[in-house]
This record gives sequence, C-alpha cells and structure tokens, in this order.
Amino acid sequence: MSGPSTYEPKTGVTRWLDTRLPILRLAHDSFVDYPTPRNLNYWWTFGAILSFCLGMQIVTGIVLAMHYVPHVDHAFNSVERIMRDVNYGWLIRYLHSNGASMFFIAVYIHMLRGLYYGSYKAPREVLWILGCIIYLLMMATGFLGYVLPWGQMSFHGAVVITNLFGALPIVGEPITTWLWGGFAVDNPTLNRFFSLHYLLPFMIAGVVILHIWALHVSGQNNPLGVEPKSKADTVKFTPYATVKDGFAVTLFMLLFAFFVFYMPNALGHADNYIPANPLVTPTHIVPEWYYLPFYAILRAVPDKLTGVILMFSSIGVLFVLPWLDTSKVRSMRFRPTARLFFILFLVNAMILGFCGANLPDEFIFRIGEDGPGLNWLWLSRIATLYYFGYFLLITPVLGLVEKPLPVPDTISSPVLPGPDLHNEQKA
Amino acid sequence: MADTAVQSGSEDPNRRDFIHIAAIAAAAGAGGMLAWPLVTQMNPSGDTLALASIEFDISKVEDGQQVVIKWRGKPVFVRNRTPEQVAAAEKDDHAPDLKEPQTDAERRLPGKANYLVLIGTCTHLGCVPTVGGGDWGGWFCPCHGSHYDTSGRIRKGPAPKNLVVPEIAVLSDTKIKIG
Amino acid sequence: MLRKTLVLAAALGLVIAGPAMASGGALHPKEINWTFNGPLGKFDQAQLQRGFKVYQEVCAACHSMRQLSFRTLGEKSGPFYDEHYKNPNDNPYVKAIAAGWAQQVPDIDSETGDPVLRPATTADRFPAPYPNEAAARAGNGGALPPDLSVIAKARHGGADYIHSLLTGYRATPAGLKAPETLHYNAYFPGDLSGSWSGDKHHVPAGGLIAMPPPLAPGKVTFDDGAPSTVEQQSRDVAAFLAWASEPKQTERKQTGLAVMIYLLLLSVLVYASYRRVWRNESH
Repeated sequence: MSGPSTYEPKTGVTRWLDTRLPILRLAHDSFVDYPTPRNLNYWWTFGAILSFCLGMQIVTGIVLAMHYVPHVDHAFNSVERIMRDVNYGWLIRYLHSNGASMFFIAVYIHMLRGLYYGSYKAPREVLWILGCIIYLLMMATGFLGYVLPWGQMSFHGAVVITNLFGALPIVGEPITTWLWGGFAVDNPTLNRFFSLHYLLPFMIAGVVILHIWALHVSGQNNPLGVEPKSKADTVKFTPYATVKDGFAVTLFMLLFAFFVFYMPNALGHADNYIPANPLVTPTHIVPEWYYLPFYAILRAVPDKLTGVILMFSSIGVLFVLPWLDTSKVRSMRFRPTARLFFILFLVNAMILGFCGANLPDEFIFRIGEDGPGLNWLWLSRIATLYYFGYFLLITPVLGLVEKPLPVPDTISSPVLPGPDLHNEQKA
Repeated sequence: MADTAVQSGSEDPNRRDFIHIAAIAAAAGAGGMLAWPLVTQMNPSGDTLALASIEFDISKVEDGQQVVIKWRGKPVFVRNRTPEQVAAAEKDDHAPDLKEPQTDAERRLPGKANYLVLIGTCTHLGCVPTVGGGDWGGWFCPCHGSHYDTSGRIRKGPAPKNLVVPEIAVLSDTKIKIG
Repeated sequence: MLRKTLVLAAALGLVIAGPAMASGGALHPKEINWTFNGPLGKFDQAQLQRGFKVYQEVCAACHSMRQLSFRTLGEKSGPFYDEHYKNPNDNPYVKAIAAGWAQQVPDIDSETGDPVLRPATTADRFPAPYPNEAAARAGNGGALPPDLSVIAKARHGGADYIHSLLTGYRATPAGLKAPETLHYNAYFPGDLSGSWSGDKHHVPAGGLIAMPPPLAPGKVTFDDGAPSTVEQQSRDVAAFLAWASEPKQTERKQTGLAVMIYLLLLSVLVYASYRRVWRNESH
C-alpha cells in the first residue's frame, strides 16, 4: 500500500545504521512519508490521543509504583502519603486516576468512529479485532488498578468481579479460590493484582504495535469509506497528520487538565476514600463509569451464569462485527437508515450506563405509591435487548435491505470543482 | 477550499516558518513542564525531610561516655570527653602528621569543649569505628585498622579524612539540633 | 447530526442524573459559599486556625487523624503557615502544638526496650486517641468514630455535608423509635421507614447517628474573638477538615490556572501551525 521506501540516509552515521538496523527507515516510512488520506476529520485524531494516554498512564504508573505499597495494611496509607508527602505526588496520582477515565473516553470515541465509518470492514478485520483485544486488556487493567488503593469500592468491587467466576459450573469455585489465593479477597489477591496491573499495560503496548502495523498494511479508512486511488487522494503523514494530531492532543490535554486540577474526584466515588472493610458493604457498590453499561447487562438477568455469559458476549459480539455487517457501503455518511439506528445505539449505550449506576429495584417513575411503573431493571432489559439486537439483527438485515446514497468515486473528486485532473494526469 | 487544481505535495510547507518553530518550542516547553514533576518526585519526600534534623539532649551522656544515635539513617557519636582526653586532643592540634589538619576547637561543640558530635562512619569504606580503641584512645575501625584520636582525627591507617562533624546548632544548655 | 446527538445525550444525562442525588433518604446538604470553593478558591487561615482548635478540643478525643502530620499544619496554605519558616519543621507554633498534644506517641525506650509514650514532634503523624479499633468501639458504645484524615473526600457533599451534619441534629420526631445510643439527624444517610410509626408517606428524612451532638454554644473559645456559636464552630471545623483531607488543594488549583493558560496559548500556536501547514491543501 505505501509503495517502496522513500527514505534516504543523509549522513555517514545514518547510512551505517540503515544497513544494520533500518529503524530510522521504518520510522520515516511509517510516520513521515506515509501516505494518509487527505480528507480525514477530527474523529481520526483519537489514535494519537490514545497513544498519548497510554504513554501518560505508563509513565505516571511507574512513578507511582516507586511509592505505593501493595500490602493490605499499607496500601491506603501509601496512597495518602503520595498525596501529601511525595513531591508532586498529588499531581501524579490525579494524572493517573483521571488519565484512566480520559483513556476510556478516548477509546469509546475511537470505537464509535470505527462503527460509524465502517472501519472494521474488509480489509481491516484484523485491525478491528486487535482493537477489541486492546479494549479487553484495558478493561482488565482498569479493574486491577482500581483495586490497588484498597478503599471500600476497591475491595467490594474486587469481591463482586472475582465472585463472577464462581458462576462457572464445576470449575467455578476452584478458579475463584485460585484467583483469590485464599478464601476471600485479601492480601495475596492485592499483591498479585499489583503485579498484573504493572504487566498488562506493556501487553497493551505490544498489541498497539500490531494494531498500527495492521493499519499501515491496509491504510487508514476515511470519512467517505472510499479507498485512496491515487497520489491526489493522500498527503504525507508528517507534517499534515502530525500537526493535526498535535492540535487534537492539545485540546484533549485541556479537557484532561480541567479534570485533574479542578474536579479530580468527580469521576470517582467518595466511598473509595474509606479504607476497605470486609465486614461492611457499601450501600451502593458501583464500578467506575466506563464499566457501567456492562454492569447493567450483567444484572439484567436473574441467573448468575447467564448474566456473566451475556456480559462477556456483549464484548464478544464486537469481535465478529466485520462478518455481521452485510452492507456494501462502508461509511454511514451514505447510509441514512443505518445512521439512525447507530444514533439510537449510542443513546442506548448511555441509558445502559445509567442503569448500571442505579439500583435495579428502584423505580424511575411510578404511577401512584404502589402502582405500576418502570424500574431500572426493566429498562436494563430493554436496553440490553437493543444492544444485542443492533449487532445481531439490525446490522446484518440493514446491510441487505437499505438503499444507500450514491458514493463518490475517489476522495479528491467531491472536494475539488471541475474535471478530475489528477486522475486524468495519473501516469 | 475552492482553489484551482493544485498538484498535491508540490509546495511543501516552509519548514522554517516562525509559527512552526513557535508551536514546537511551546510543545517542548509543555513536555518539560510535564517531565519536571516526574523527575523531582524521586527527591526526598516530606516525611523523609522531616527527619532531616533531630534534636538531642546532651545531658543524657555521662562523663567519659559515648551515646550513638541515628540520624538520616547514619550513626552519630555523641561523646562526653574527660578533661584528659580534651587535653590530649588539643596537644596534637598542629601535629605535622595530620592527614587533614584541624584543631580540636574547630570540631567540638561551641561553648562545650568536652562534647564531640561526629558521624560514626569511617571515612575509608564506611564501617562503624569502636569507641576508645586504637593507639590514641579515640576510635578504632576494625575493618581495615584506621586509628582516630580523641578529636576524631585520622592518625594512622587507610582512612583519608577525619570523622565528619555534621551541621550542629546549640539550642540550649542541654539541647542540640543535628542537621 | 452526530454532533447534535452527542450534545442532546449529554443534556439528557444531566437531567437523569439529577434526581439520583440525595443519598439514602437524607436531606441534601446545605450549600455554603466556602472561601475555598471554585477554581480560584483559597482557605482562610483564620478559619483554619479556629477549625483546628475545634478539632483539638472537641473531636480529637474520639476521632483519629492518622494520615495528617503535625508539620503539615505549617505548610503553605495550612493553618499555621508562616513565611518566615519555610520549613514547617522549624515553625514554633507547629512545634508547640506537637509537643503539647494531649495524646502522646507510642515508642520504644532505647535503653530498656519497654514500650513508652513520648511527646510528639513535628515529624510525627497525629497519634490516635485509641490504640486500636476494639478499644475505639468499647469507648463509644460499640460504634467506631471514623478517622477524619480524608473525611471531606469520603463523603458526598464534602465540607457542605460535614457542616450540615454537625448543625443538623433535631429533637427526635414523635413516632420515631430510636434507641438511647442513637441520635436523629436529618442529614445522616439512612432509611427510617423501619422505625417510623407515623404516616407512611412522610417518613422523616435522614437517619440515626451514633455520635451525640458534639458542638454546643461557647464550647470552644476562639482566640481571634469570633463568636463561639454552633454555626461558627461547625463551619470552621468543616473548613479545617476540608483542608486536612487534601492539604495540597490550593497548590493544585493555582498550578491548574497556570497550566490551563499555557495550554490555551499552546493550542492557539499549534492551531496556527496547523492552518499554515494545510493552507494550500484541499481537505
């Protein structure tokens, strides 16, 4: 796709290196001269934003690990010591905790972009699947990390999630005991969660490299969903995409800074500032906001095992999306009906989020004191139905029955007026 | 952009445009400002610095005795010398064989000639010397045989410098602050 | 279209989130105009000093403050900060408070090895009034007085909640069955429908708290002559506890201002650079 390498080492040192390890050539071909569609909009900057987030989390995490103590008697206190005594500890801690939320905001936008513009469709199926793997690893990392401060939510959240494995028949209980390292969530659990939390981000980094590699094989998708046909359709990555990504990252940092400096605990839960107490359960166990939709799906069915299977399937269904979508047209810019259902999907996902935050038995509205009404449990069920329906029913059917709008031939044709000189000039 | 047809890539943006330099410089500044806290967090933290100084009541040290206390993770000797030991130290104030010439007056507590406060780490390779040993009755380091006199000055052996006198402030007749 | 939906969804979110605010049937905390509210908020040092006195004379008998060190009192934006003593360990007020603190610090006698109690120094954290949880419960009718180090962050509503709670004690409403050891407070989270024998549609808001009303008029004499009303004591101690929960918050907000300004400038420069790079390219 990118064609032959255009890198020419200029100095003696770079020529010497190029014949032994062409790493500068790789960097040049991937991030300098790499042909990028010229019509990418700002939704395409989230890849760079995510790379920034990953780097931020790894660096702040390694630094926090210099001061954090992964023992049940010292964890909570070590975090407070970081906040009070370590130079700029408060900043590094808030960067890390809010950075996790920012990471998830960015990844959800990135995934929604993929859904809307059909970026998961051939030939980008592996790229999409690698992305789903990264998302799963992020969820695991986030869960492990939240346990570490050893607050009430840390502890009881760990209890709830590790207990899920007990739903598996026969192997459930031994697996749960194996995860705990004991008869309940306790010090062995905390210690191993710390080790795994340190490990997983580097696995994420590895899969990200594969993700970018797969991307560079097929090239970027673009808002039209039409592949670049000539040099007229693309620009060099540096400086065009680099500076646009730089601007987007700067705006993202503004949002990030606003949370870190002015509302650092807004996305968290007050109960996590209470040291963990196995004997007292908080009135309202809630996971972090980025897990809420899946928490709602988990609680939508009364049976524990079915709930677990449904919750994991809700992410599993993403993996097979490239084969569920039958549409010949990639981008929803030209698929008005699909766009409608997509927007409903987005609203539905937010509704699922609210369902996860509330107690299932509480009523949203009710006719009279004891009359009929809608409680969060039933809303969760309706929303879960739409979630799965969207992927398993609507997406395949729509692709077959929808009549899409006319799709332009090339990227540059709708942009430039007059005859398509570039395609005529193409050698 | 309603421009006439442009050959893409033929007009590379002038790399030396001021705005690009300004933007890159500002971004580098942001990077530096982000890097600084990540570096300085490894410097001693508030609770470590709080123990950077300690106070000690010297009246606890009996005549001719030494007390060892811990300061900044190191041993500190607080020795209450007898008049004979003080005299012996002063006699050698200008001895020609001193590796690091210092008078006893420069090393002892101001206003309290009999008290000596020294970091109890041999200046050779860091062992803790024993009190009263050696040929001068000051300190003796058993590791490699360094002899210190009653003022803590190196007299014989491989150590290059005298036992170090830490920063001390005399707060009252009985209290000193080390560090 | 996509953009409009996102804005609509965000607005919808704020609307739905609203009613779910008041936790556990308690009254919503009163909203106070603290000096430390908002992005440019700062603590009033006089208020922090009064609040510290309330903590010292009223609360410290039962509530520990394990994460706070004495020296932090002398840090910038703290109650006893003095610019002549940049190192809080040298601050004479802080040293006096530490040395004079009623509860002494457990230590080991270096000569005999026996456990002893010694006066605190600036380097120590506030010693707890009880040696362990069992002793704390035994001294308080089975209830555990929570540690106050991060209390403002550990409760929804923060300083507003603390102040509302301390001034929220009322006479037990007729029809509410409450044991002698518990006290009715309209701002304490709880569900009183089980102990209420009155009209089912008008269950009193709030819950039953084990702490008896801790403040009383004139209980603490303020050195700056401020009137020692319950309202004043409560506001001051709530402000102090808000500071103690995060002593670096003023520094955080000040750094934030500088960072936001710099990032705004940076974004302008980068945007200009971006426009210049793309000036002749169709997009």
